[in-house]
Amino acid sequence: MKSCAWMYLFVPGSLAVLMAAPFIGGHGVSLEAILHPANDDPLAMIFWKIRLPRVFLAWIAGAGLAVAGMAFQAMFRNALATPFTLGVSSGASLGAAVGVRLGWRPALLGLSSVNLGAMAGAVLAIATVYGLTRLKRDCTTGAMLLAGVAVNFFFSSLILLLQYTADFYDTFRILRWLMGGLQMVGFDAPLRTLPFVLAGSLLLAALAGELNLLSVGEDLAASRGVAVVRTKTVVFLAVSCMVGVIVSICGPVGFVGLMCPHICRLIVGPDHRRLLPATLLFGGAFLVACDTVARTIFAPTELPVGIFTSLLGGPFFLWLLLQPPKSGGLTA
Amino acid sequence: MQDAALVIDSLSLSIHGKPILRNVSARIGAGETWSVIGPNGAGKSTLLKCLMRIQSGWTGQLLLQGLNIAALSQRELARRVAYVAQAGSEQGFAYTVLEVVRMGRYAWSGPFGAGHPGDGAAIESAMRRTDVQVLADRTLDTLSGGERQKVFIAAALAQGSGVLLLDEPTAFLDYRHQAEVAGILHDLNRECGATTLSVTHDVNAAMLTGGHVLALRDGEVAWSGLASQLACEDTLGRVFGATFRLLEDPVTGLRLVAPQGARNCP
Repeated sequence: MKSCAWMYLFVPGSLAVLMAAPFIGGHGVSLEAILHPANDDPLAMIFWKIRLPRVFLAWIAGAGLAVAGMAFQAMFRNALATPFTLGVSSGASLGAAVGVRLGWRPALLGLSSVNLGAMAGAVLAIATVYGLTRLKRDCTTGAMLLAGVAVNFFFSSLILLLQYTADFYDTFRILRWLMGGLQMVGFDAPLRTLPFVLAGSLLLAALAGELNLLSVGEDLAASRGVAVVRTKTVVFLAVSCMVGVIVSICGPVGFVGLMCPHICRLIVGPDHRRLLPATLLFGGAFLVACDTVARTIFAPTELPVGIFTSLLGGPFFLWLLLQPPKSGGLTA
Repeated sequence: MQDAALVIDSLSLSIHGKPILRNVSARIGAGETWSVIGPNGAGKSTLLKCLMRIQSGWTGQLLLQGLNIAALSQRELARRVAYVAQAGSEQGFAYTVLEVVRMGRYAWSGPFGAGHPGDGAAIESAMRRTDVQVLADRTLDTLSGGERQKVFIAAALAQGSGVLLLDEPTAFLDYRHQAEVAGILHDLNRECGATTLSVTHDVNAAMLTGGHVLALRDGEVAWSGLASQLACEDTLGRVFGATFRLLEDPVTGLRLVAPQGARNCP
C-alpha cells in the first residue's frame, strides 16, 4: 500500500521535532552543559526544569487535541466539526473565568480552581453537543456547527460580563488564560496529562473500524454492524477526557484539532487505522513546532502558543470552507 | 415448504404520533426475490430500516432465519443481513473503492480494525460479481452514480450475509446500469441462493424482476402476491391511486404498465 511509506516519515519526523525543540531557545544549550551540569548552572536548570517539560506538554497536548478533532470530524462527517468549533474553547474559557473570579485556593489533586473550572466548562460544552445529537437524531452537521457558533457567542458574552465586573488583576488573569499557553515549571503538568491522552487515544484507536464506517454514514455504519449509539457515546467520553484535561492545563489552544487531522488525511488518506497514528504524531510535532516559534520569534519575550495556532488556524478554516466537498469541506 | 428467511409479523411504527407502518406482515422464504412497491411515503424504506434496526421504536415481531431481530446484537444482525441504502445517502471523506468494500467486512473484524481470515476471498468475490475490480484504487467521489451504486452493492456482498435488503437499487441510474444492477441481483439469487428484498417505486422494475411483490400504501399491506399477477389495472390503481394502461411485451409476453399522464389520457 502506497500510503504506508508515509508512516516511516511520521514516526522519525515527530521524534526529531520532539528531540530538537528543547535545544532551541533564547539561550543556546550545549549537550555538554546538560549532561554534566556544573553546580547551579542556570542553563541546565532552564533545560531540565522549563524547556523539556514544556516541550513534552506541547507534544502530548498537540497529539491529544489532534486525535480528538479527528474523532469528531469522523463522527460528524465534516472537517469543520471539531470540539473547538462546537464550543469547547468558549466553554472552557467561561469555566476558567468563573474559576478566576471565585478564586478558590484549595487545590484538588494539584489543580487550581481555574484548571477545574476550565475542565468543567470543556466537558459541559461537549455534553451539550452530545445532548443535542441524542435529542435530535436527524440533526444535520450544518445545524450542529450553527449551534456551536451560538454557544460560542453566548459563552463569550458571559466571559465579557465576568471580566467587566472583575478587578484589574482578575481581568488580566482571565485575558491571559484565554490566550492559551504552555508556561509551567516541572514535569507535573505533562505527567498529569499523559494518562488521559494515552487512554483516550487507545480507546479511539480500538474504534478505528467504527470511525471509518461512521464517517461514511450512520445508517450505513449500523447496517454493517456498528452499534452506533454506543460507539458515539464512547467517542464522546474519550474526547471529553482528553480535551477537558488538556484545556484545563494549556488553555484554549485553538485549531490544532481542525488543521492536523485534515492535513494528515490529505497525506495518508481517510482510513482511521492509518490516520489515527499519523494524526497523533503530526499533532504532537505541530504544537511543539508552534510553541518553539512562539517562544523564540520575539525572544526574550515569549508569546502564548494559542495566539500563534489561531493565527494559522483562522486562514486555514477559511481555506477549508472554500474547498469542494469531496476533500472534506462543508458537506452538510 | 421452504424455510422462512424473514418473517415480518404485525410490524407497526409511529413517529411523533404519526403512523408510518400499520400491522405489516409477510413471510419471505429463503432464496426468494421480493419487491416492495408503493407510492411515495408508503413506508417502504422505513420497513427496510426497521429490519436493519436503523429505525427503532417499532412494535410487532421480526424473525430472521428463526431468530428474533430485536434480540440480536447489531454485529450478529449484520452477519446475516446486508443493506444497500438509497443512492446519494452516503457522504464523508474520499475513501477508495477497495476501502469501502473492505468496510463491508466490519461485522467479522476484531478490535483495532483487525481483519478476519475470510476477508480477502469475500472482498475479491464481491468485487468480481459486481465488476468493480478495475475501480479498486479510485476514490468514491470520482465515480458516476451507477459505478457508486455497484460499489455499495459490492460492499454489501462482502458482508457475506444470505439476506440482502436494497433501497431503490436502480433509481437515478441510466438504462445500462439499471440492467447491470438487475443482472447482478439475478445472478446472486440464482447462483448463491441469496434472498433479496428490494424497495422500488417502479412497477415495471418489480414485474421485470419477477418473484414476489409486497405492495404498501399508507403503511399498510395493500396487496401481496406473485409479480406475474400484479399486472391488473384494479390492483395497481388501488395501490398507487393512479390509472394505468397495460401493454404486452411482444417478445416475452410480459405485461408492463404505461402510466397515464396528461398527454396520453383517452
